[in-house]
Amino acid sequence: MSAAVLQPLTALLPPERLLVRPEQLAAYESDGLTAFRQRPLAVAIPETTEEVIAIVRCCHAAKLPFVARGSGTSLSGGSLPVAGGIVIALNRLNKILKLDPAQRVAVVQTGVINTHVTLAAAPHGSHFAPDPSSQSICTIGGNVAFNSGGAHCLKYGMTSNHVLGMKAVLATGEVVEWGGPSRETVGPDWCGLFTGNEGLFGIALEFTLQLLPKAECFHTVLAGYKTLEQAGDAVSAVVASGLLPGAIEIMDAFALEAAVAAVHADYPPGCEAVLIVELEGPREVVAVDRVRLDEIIAASKPIEARPARDAEERLAIWKGRKSAFSAVGRLSPDFLVQDGVVPRRKLGEALRRIGEMSREAGIRVANVFHAGDGNLHPLILFNGREQGELERAEALAGKILKMCVAMGGSLTGEHGLGVEKRAYLPDMFNAEEIDCMKRLRAAFDPLGIANPGKMFPGTEAPALTQHGLHPLEEAGVISRE
Amino acid sequence: MNAMLTPANTAELVAAVCSTPRVIAVGAGTKPRLSAVNAVKLSTAKLSGMVEYEPSEFTFTALAGTPVREIAATLAARGQYLPFDPLWVDAGTTLGGTVASGVSGPGRFRFGGLRDFILGMQFMDGAGRLLRLGGKVVKNAAGFDVPKFLVGSLGRFGVLVETTFKVFPQPASRVTLTLDASDPESAVNILTAAANSRWELDALDGLPDGKSIALRLGGPATALESPAREILSRWLGRVLSAEDANTLWLEMRECHWANNAAPLLKVALSSGAVVPFARSVSALSGARLHLSADGNVAFVSLAAAEQAATLHENLRAHGLSGVTLRGDAPLWLGARTHFQISQAAKAALDAEKRFPGLDD
Repeated sequence: MSAAVLQPLTALLPPERLLVRPEQLAAYESDGLTAFRQRPLAVAIPETTEEVIAIVRCCHAAKLPFVARGSGTSLSGGSLPVAGGIVIALNRLNKILKLDPAQRVAVVQTGVINTHVTLAAAPHGSHFAPDPSSQSICTIGGNVAFNSGGAHCLKYGMTSNHVLGMKAVLATGEVVEWGGPSRETVGPDWCGLFTGNEGLFGIALEFTLQLLPKAECFHTVLAGYKTLEQAGDAVSAVVASGLLPGAIEIMDAFALEAAVAAVHADYPPGCEAVLIVELEGPREVVAVDRVRLDEIIAASKPIEARPARDAEERLAIWKGRKSAFSAVGRLSPDFLVQDGVVPRRKLGEALRRIGEMSREAGIRVANVFHAGDGNLHPLILFNGREQGELERAEALAGKILKMCVAMGGSLTGEHGLGVEKRAYLPDMFNAEEIDCMKRLRAAFDPLGIANPGKMFPGTEAPALTQHGLHPLEEAGVISRE
Repeated sequence: MNAMLTPANTAELVAAVCSTPRVIAVGAGTKPRLSAVNAVKLSTAKLSGMVEYEPSEFTFTALAGTPVREIAATLAARGQYLPFDPLWVDAGTTLGGTVASGVSGPGRFRFGGLRDFILGMQFMDGAGRLLRLGGKVVKNAAGFDVPKFLVGSLGRFGVLVETTFKVFPQPASRVTLTLDASDPESAVNILTAAANSRWELDALDGLPDGKSIALRLGGPATALESPAREILSRWLGRVLSAEDANTLWLEMRECHWANNAAPLLKVALSSGAVVPFARSVSALSGARLHLSADGNVAFVSLAAAEQAATLHENLRAHGLSGVTLRGDAPLWLGARTHFQISQAAKAALDAEKRFPGLDD
């Protein structure tokens, strides 16, 4: 049966780019959400946008479900294959088509890796602002599909705020082009709608991205506190002061312990929480703002505050921060990461309740989060080999999500709903709102073949059987955050 | 159709929307061309007021009919502002009208336009359903980003009821400079160099006089003197007094520079397209051009309605597109592409065709 469905694809791609053997498909069974796996019927590996368009049209004609995949780092199971469907692997569409330093825009293919954009722009003094923690391997196509974030969203926004134009093939086979090099749009904002569609509208092929000039100067402070609440209060004080830091991050005791063990990070002794605040801008502005920031931090009574004295110390602070996730992950056979958002003023309460829920459930939870925008990242540790542990971890994760929504926040700040959080969509939107989104989805994809089973609850469930770290995570290349 | 519906609450809004086969929301009428269409007008005037404001969250939610002037004053009292710099604030523009028109002012240069600050919204569709999409917190990736889609959608998919925005702390002080740029080439050279500089400018505009660039710095007062000196050592120009600076930006924000009796358009541009575009506008006798945000947006004031046809051709030739905000000219000018998805999305969001289409 499967061979017949795939027949038209064999006319489009040579056998080495249409994988069908089980050992070839195994690598595509899972993404960053390692608790789920599903073997696809085949994996198509196009090398040109024309091939992608032809494959999607072929899927449309055959009513064959497809899942677009970049580097497979989705934490919500966004690129998890669909039973009886194919995976379209886009990594070979990895060309930076144009870099225009004067206008500060880059035109890139969908499979270009996030940091490669910044690397290409760096000689011209600019960068691509969205910086998800997997940026060294995740693709722009995936960033756009899930509207990825990073540590700098309060000031610079999410991926959506940096996409000026795109070319995409919709699930109907229609090829569209929206926007361009202008930072302004005329008419409805199609790029805005497409960004964050979680692969349910079709496959974006090319993007025009906005680049920003790299800040001239940074001032990074690390402060250790006796309690998580004190660190949270310090965030409120910084925000109330009228400063606009580029990043505000917090790590809890568990995360600190892990970072110390993993990368020998050095933190003030006796602290239960660490706050990192980074200012950036022209040197004159940073010189004035840092005095205020240092005063505010001093007034927040840390055990110790350590301003980075040079670029090396700054990098060391960020190394500890960015390694925290994989470091905690190594302490446990399995973990789930969430990214619910709460109003910033409720961070303290949210963390206290997560602590209570964690104790009640007997499941360890570490917290490393983007405090500046209220974006939590509870890391729920469990052992998938123990009967029922995954289910208990998922139940705890669900309680945390519901708490975020009840506090007026969001189910997801940057990972998307995917498979992982789709069941909770009705906690955030009512039936009419979900219907509206479903109608919109049907407009783009009347057959329901583009990444089915994601975002919306109640559709076919994939297998939930796996345990263990993602191989790249084990190697320390990526972290789930 | 002279009848104007003026609902004052949700129940009245449902009744108003469902009372007529074709309806379009209007705010203060500062951009009248956008709603100059055959439909019953629904005024948002009585759907007004700030619903929530949490300065510590950098967010607020307000009803669509709220004058932006009121919002700006409330924010300013807490040292905050709308970084995308809305236009026609003194003229009474409403929050809903600003969103539906998708226009941003000179301040959009620093942190982005209106679309970059909208977090969520509640709107009423053609069946009278009140739908809230997006979120109320500064970071959210749940569900389709319909709020962004409706920015610039001219009320053709629903009636905006309430919107949530991200705001920022206001810079402690600002300094404005004007630089001499006698022709489009030298203007673009200055715009490009300044936009790529270390200064992180607050605004960077080519003024309608066609011979000067206005450039605004924002930040702590003592931090602005040395960049200002550096800029003036590079280009010929001057620092404006606080009063002159206020007058200048007020003129830009309220479009006082534009000809009131003839069409005013917004064009999406990029600095690479500025020179030929500026030349094509200057070929139209009496037409004026305000280049905003490093040449990413152009506001074009024509001297006569008849010039719209020529402008349309020029835009098309350069692959640019524009929308008429006021005056007697076609709604859309320049290049336009029609994809099937546009029709399908319209049908998905407004099955009743309660609201006019974008081409009506």
